[in-house]
Amino acid sequence: MFRRTILSAFFLLAFSAFSFAQNAQPEMADALRKDGKIYVVVLVLATIFAGIIAFLVRLDRKISKLEKHNNPIS
Amino acid sequence: MRQSWWKVVCVLLLGYTIVAGFLIPVPALNIINETIRNLYFHVPMWFTMIILFLVSFIYAIKYLRSGDLKHDIFSAEYTKVGIVFSILGMLTGMEWAKYTWGEAWSNDPKQLGTAISMLIYFAYLVLRGGMKDEEKRAKISAVYNVFAFALMIPLLWILPRMVDSLHPGNGGNPGFNTYDLDKDMRMVFYPAVFGWILLGVWITTLKVRISLIEYKRENNF
Repeated sequence: MFRRTILSAFFLLAFSAFSFAQNAQPEMADALRKDGKIYVVVLVLATIFAGIIAFLVRLDRKISKLEKHNNPIS
Repeated sequence: MRQSWWKVVCVLLLGYTIVAGFLIPVPALNIINETIRNLYFHVPMWFTMIILFLVSFIYAIKYLRSGDLKHDIFSAEYTKVGIVFSILGMLTGMEWAKYTWGEAWSNDPKQLGTAISMLIYFAYLVLRGGMKDEEKRAKISAVYNVFAFALMIPLLWILPRMVDSLHPGNGGNPGFNTYDLDKDMRMVFYPAVFGWILLGVWITTLKVRISLIEYKRENNF
C-alpha cells in the first residue's frame, strides 16, 4: 500500500513535469509530443492494429484447417 | 498459416508506420499542419486499391484466355477488396479535405474522377450479383473488368492533371514533389505503402481461399 502511494506520487510528479506546453510558430504537435500525449494515440492505434492482425492470423489458421479437411476430396 | 514470411513483413512495416508515422518530425507547413501525417495512411489506401485492381485485371485477362473458373474467383475477390480500400481512401480523403480544403466534397476533379471510377467498379458487383450461370458471369464480368480498369487510368491520372485541382500532384504537376516529401517522410511513406499493399493482398488471399473451398465443395457433390 505504502509503496503504491509512493509510486503513484512519483508518476504524478513525472507527468506534471512534462506538462509545460510551448508555442511554436505554426501550430504543430511538438508540445504534444514532448508532453508525451501523442504516445497515447500511438498506443491506441497500435492496439487496434494488433487486434486486427490477431483476427487475421486466426482467420488464416482456420482457413488452413478447412483446406486440409477439404483436400482429400479434390 | 501459409507462406507466412511476407505476412510478418507486412505486420512489421505497418507497425513501424503507426509508430514512426506519428513520432518522426514532419515539415511544418501552413494549413495542413500536422495533418500531413495522413500521407502515411490516406495515400497508401489508393496505392493498395490500384495494385488490387491491377491484379484483378490480370486475372480477368487470364480467365478470358484460359476459361478456368479459378481465375474468375481470383479476379472477383481482388476487385472486392480493392473496392473496400477505395471506400476507405475516399472517406479518409474527405475527412482530410474537410479540415484543409474547407469542404469534405468540393467537386475537385480528382474527387470526381475517383467517384466515377468507384461507381464503375460498384457496377461490377451489381453485374456479378445479377447472373446465376457461372460461366456466363465469369466471362461477362471479366470483359467488364478490363473495361473498368482501362477507364480508371484516364479518370485517376490523366483527366485530373489536365485541369486545375486542389489535390497535390495535379494541375500539371508530375506527382510527389508537391507533397514537400522530405527525407524523413520518405522513410515512413514507402514502407507504409508496401505494408498496406501487403495487408490488402493478405486479406484478399484469405477471401480467395474461402471461395476456392466453396467452389470445390460445390463441384464435388
